[in-house]
Amino acid sequence: MREFGYQRALDVSGAVALLDADPEARFLGGGTNLVDLMKTGVERPARLVDVRELPLNRIEATEDGGLRIGATVTNSDLAAHPEVRRRYPALAQAVLAGASGQLRNMATVGGNLLQRTRCGYFADITSACNKRSPGTGCPAIEGQHHNHAILGASDHCVATHPSDMGVALTALDARVSYETADGPGEIPLADFYLPVGQTPHLETALPPGALITGVTLPPVPVAADSRYRKVRERASYAFAIGSIAAALDVRDGVVHDVRLAFGAVASRPWRAGTAESVLTGAPADAETFAAAAEVELAAARPLPHNGYKVTLMRNLAVAVLSELAEEATR
Amino acid sequence: MPPSTSSDLTLSVNGEKYTLTVDHRTTLLDALRERLDLTGTKKGCDQGQCGACTVLVDGRRVVSCLQLAVAAEGREVTTIEGVAVGERLHPVQQAFLDLDGFQCGYCTPGQICSAIAVIEEHAAGWPSAATGDVRPEAGSPPLSPEEIRERMSGNLCRCGAYVSIVQAVARAAEEKGAVA
Ligand SMILES: Cc1cc2nc3c(=O)[nH]c(=O)nc-3n(C[C@H](O)[C@H](O)[C@H](O)COP(=O)(O)OP(=O)(O)OC[C@H]3O[C@@H](n4cnc5c(N)ncnc54)[C@H](O)[C@@H]3O)c2cc1C
Ligand code: SF4
Ligand code: FES
Ligand code: FES
Repeated sequence: MREFGYQRALDVSGAVALLDADPEARFLGGGTNLVDLMKTGVERPARLVDVRELPLNRIEATEDGGLRIGATVTNSDLAAHPEVRRRYPALAQAVLAGASGQLRNMATVGGNLLQRTRCGYFADITSACNKRSPGTGCPAIEGQHHNHAILGASDHCVATHPSDMGVALTALDARVSYETADGPGEIPLADFYLPVGQTPHLETALPPGALITGVTLPPVPVAADSRYRKVRERASYAFAIGSIAAALDVRDGVVHDVRLAFGAVASRPWRAGTAESVLTGAPADAETFAAAAEVELAAARPLPHNGYKVTLMRNLAVAVLSELAEEATR
Repeated sequence: MPPSTSSDLTLSVNGEKYTLTVDHRTTLLDALRERLDLTGTKKGCDQGQCGACTVLVDGRRVVSCLQLAVAAEGREVTTIEGVAVGERLHPVQQAFLDLDGFQCGYCTPGQICSAIAVIEEHAAGWPSAATGDVRPEAGSPPLSPEEIRERMSGNLCRCGAYVSIVQAVARAAEEKGAVA
């Protein structure tokens, strides 16, 4: 591991100034991804600026009835928060489905959004990888890709984004706020992750050196009846091979409002906007749910070893939406 | 100017203060084992995947292999060496002994530190991925074997002693309930 400096930031402007002054500096949240990648040599910062003591560890109601979640709130505190569990249950479930109790106690909201892909070639510095070393190629396309992307990928990279939390936040129209030396900014999560294209190494729309300060959830009444379901290769403590965040409001048998996002299928949490349009105003039955999922997945370009994800996501969408519809009639 | 790559720091472990100089690359796990001779905490994967290195930091369980020592300054660290009160074992330790919650014992310090936190987290009303309804109105579910398995899933056991680990955690949790 490369040697590095360490500083604790106590205020936001100080944190941003430290990063602004050193292009090789990085923020340290819980360290559960960054320290891991520093051990393998994928990440080589010259300086770490610890953000855990910043006053960004609160969850507060916003004036419009939403929720503002500070960037250093731990995954555990987020999932345990009564308002999150009451008003956005899919978010609490998504966080609880990720990692382990130990890791959730360390991991922060900001770090979770910026965690890197779990593609094995990316993590192995002896391997080629366009995301880690631009222009070296993507061995996953011809190699191991059973848990790689089916949507929105390119010939340059087929990696997925591993966050569970991000999938729920995407379905819930969250916005990411940040601070830079030039002032604050905000990006809807829908625009936060950049399209892969020819530049898989450029992952987010955050300006260089930006500190994520928090995530804001608008009021989403339909989210009171929401759910996150994750499919993985063992019962617990594994990354998703497919996941879904869904919220559904059914009135007189017709879909009044719906939110749908897919996880582990693309380089970003995948908002299933096409499926949402098909569903809105349509009868809330399994046939419609399947048709909507199929329209969304028509854009899928599976590789030889991950075609199962198309069927998996279709079935997952039908199952979770059917459950929510059935509960709505009770 | 390149930043300094080491720091003098004071770590607070099991109620004792230790002053040492660490290279910033040192994890809390390596500091405990190599510098403070507290070898009860074990290294399994060194990648956050097995839970063998679990300790409590400010009362919360963490994997010490991904925790930088320098970032633990000012926090209270509790390791397996610090959970008993004098000669009296912690109820979770006693339950692991009574119910054979281990075979080779390598994962056990991590399992016990994790279980201590699991019981606290459950008592604080935290839901888990095994909790059917996470809404606070639904109330806290009993610490069933299914809940214990999910909450303890960050601790792997190569010997596969899981059946008795779950029993030991359940018994320690029951005792805690009886005391409360
Ligand atoms: C064994 C294992 C299993 C896991 N399983 C899952 C899983 O099933 N599902 C899942 O979703 N995740 C899983 N994770 C990933 C885990 O959720 C992430 O590692 C964690 O959320 C990252 O948060 P952190 O605070 O530790 O980030 P760090 O590791 O501290 O940082 C990650 C990145 O974010 C940057 N950063 C941190 N905070 C900020 C900020 N405020 N502003 C700007 N940049 C910032 C850092 O510079 C770094 O680039 C797993 C991890 C491990 C090790
Ligand atoms: S899929 Fe992306 S991250 Fe994986 S090897 Fe290809 S370029 Fe690298
Ligand atoms: S040694 Fe830390 S989790 Fe395996
Ligand atoms: S008792 Fe041997 S690894 Fe768990």
